[in-house]
Amino acid sequence: MSVALHGIAASANGGTTLHPVTLELHPGRPHVLLGPTGAGKTTLLRLLAGLDRPSAGRLLAEGQDVTGLPPRRRSVAMVYQQFINYPTLTVFENIASPLRVARLPRAEIEGRVREAARLLRLEPYLARRPLELSGGQQQRTAIARALVKRAALVLMDEPLANLDYKLREELREELPRLFAGTGSVFVYATTEPAEALLLGGQVATLSQGRLTQSGPAGAVFRRPVDLATARVFSDPPLNEAPAELRGGVLHLGGEITLPAPPGAPQSGRCTLGIRAHEISLDPLPGAVALPAKVRLAEVTGSESYVHLDVMGDLRWVALVPGVRRPEPGSSAMVHFDPRRVLLFGADGRLAAVAELAEAA
Amino acid sequence: MSQAQPRTVSAAPALPASWARPRGGALRAALPRLVLGLYLLFLLVPIYWLVNMSFKTNLEISSAMTLWPREPTLENYRRIFTDASWYGGYINSLKYVLLNTLISLAVALPAAYAFSRYRFLGDRHLFFWLLSNRMAPPAVFALPFFQLYGAVGLFDTPWAVALAHCVFNVPLAVWILEGFMSGVPREIDETAAIDGWSFPAFFIRLFLPLVAGGVGVAAFFCFMFSWVELLLARTLTTVNAKPIVATMTRTVSAAGMDWGLLAAAGVLTIIPGAVVIWFVRNHIARGFALGRV
Repeated sequence: MSVALHGIAASANGGTTLHPVTLELHPGRPHVLLGPTGAGKTTLLRLLAGLDRPSAGRLLAEGQDVTGLPPRRRSVAMVYQQFINYPTLTVFENIASPLRVARLPRAEIEGRVREAARLLRLEPYLARRPLELSGGQQQRTAIARALVKRAALVLMDEPLANLDYKLREELREELPRLFAGTGSVFVYATTEPAEALLLGGQVATLSQGRLTQSGPAGAVFRRPVDLATARVFSDPPLNEAPAELRGGVLHLGGEITLPAPPGAPQSGRCTLGIRAHEISLDPLPGAVALPAKVRLAEVTGSESYVHLDVMGDLRWVALVPGVRRPEPGSSAMVHFDPRRVLLFGADGRLAAVAELAEAA
Repeated sequence: MSQAQPRTVSAAPALPASWARPRGGALRAALPRLVLGLYLLFLLVPIYWLVNMSFKTNLEISSAMTLWPREPTLENYRRIFTDASWYGGYINSLKYVLLNTLISLAVALPAAYAFSRYRFLGDRHLFFWLLSNRMAPPAVFALPFFQLYGAVGLFDTPWAVALAHCVFNVPLAVWILEGFMSGVPREIDETAAIDGWSFPAFFIRLFLPLVAGGVGVAAFFCFMFSWVELLLARTLTTVNAKPIVATMTRTVSAAGMDWGLLAAAGVLTIIPGAVVIWFVRNHIARGFALGRV
């Protein structure tokens, strides 16, 4: 079973909330929709579920046009960010809900619900009501209901966003495995680049209602097609600097120059991008050094996020190993290897990737 | 013992002085209870007096003021339960009240769901307009209803009063239910649709239990309004469907006022309301806020 979107678009209140999206979704590896809040992830998921009608385009499931089909006639399951269950039903009945509607034999319902409860470790709670459970258990109930249905299309809208850290780690690992063997198309929306990389599979990045790129997670991360994608797929935020190409040399303002990455145009305005973990506060061999002023240092334990004003007014973040606590207001030099930069043209499209940036 | 006292005081100096209990104890502690007690007393005195009178003879009521019946009698109640013109009044009232409550809920449930879940042209205006129906005094509607029901043969039937009261109760029920329904996340509706539930099955089996409190509160308000409303009920009935409130206004006989009987009828009128309120007591505060808490 595969799902294909052909120019699917959405609009609300006269404005476009989703620009035409063309995308193919296949079972097996998870599909991750990555984008900040308001980028259109939920809009796209709701269109896939059939909860909303697209303003344009067609949705094909296994080659069949299902565009106008209401959700109850589709083979689809959905898990929301909020823990949505039926409060008046027991956990067992919550999980059994899609099977009861399908009028499966009692023994099969029992078997499938027990199996899903076992996988999601809900067995001790089957007789309770959802609101008597912890948030994690409530969300696992919702996931179990999605699992038990064996739907062709499983949609998850930031399912782990409201869970605590530990549970999130656990479930993030389990989810793709739970759905990998079922032959379902598994679509997972998240705001977190790290989550997209950890889940692996295919990533589609969304920015301001536009699908900017889709492809294998690692490839999109290393070779974003444009600045918007690089921004979406970067946490901490992408460090950017306006630059100008002149005769194959990149001028960063002042006297600072670096060799242009191979494939870059000879001249023109452009934007240099470099990720936070590629920046060092210590000299590196062959690195470019920029003057900066420390604004703030956040220490997470084994890593430090140092926020800097680089070359006057560029707000950069350096992710450096170890505990580094430079005094706010103090001067520093930031160093980065010119072979690790991304270069975007004036139109925001990727102009060139330095040789080592892709290896990162 | 007296020597140990200062030591324990100095051992716990950590509490700020303002946290300590105010001194001069007993009276200050009792004051809230006293005020509350007086308040309840004032509220309950008229009701007690009504119950008190209902067990007295007319002679005792009119001759002396007694705090409790000197010669308790059930005669007043016996008359109500044996005289068809009395107990018939209760039956008539209950008929149209229950009819009205059922009609109001049956109409208001889908309407409230629509207002809560869908956006449509003029929805806000329509919603407010519904409530503005309640601003008109019942007297405004008495004459048109009287004429209309006379023409279609509904006059002097429980249906007449039940339908007339819908003008006031349906908007109220819609408002209350809309508030309760909007408290249920829309995602539950969507999850049910995705699970495959048909709309009627979802509405009855999954959604109604979630707004059961609201249904109870709406039913309570419909019941109470319809139960105490006098003007329309009296105008639209004569003999066959004469409600208890109308019967009670006609107790003046040649022998003077029948106080005891009237008191007994009053007591019996309070009881249904008290019973209904018992069932919705946990939701009633939210109901008064029209479900918007």
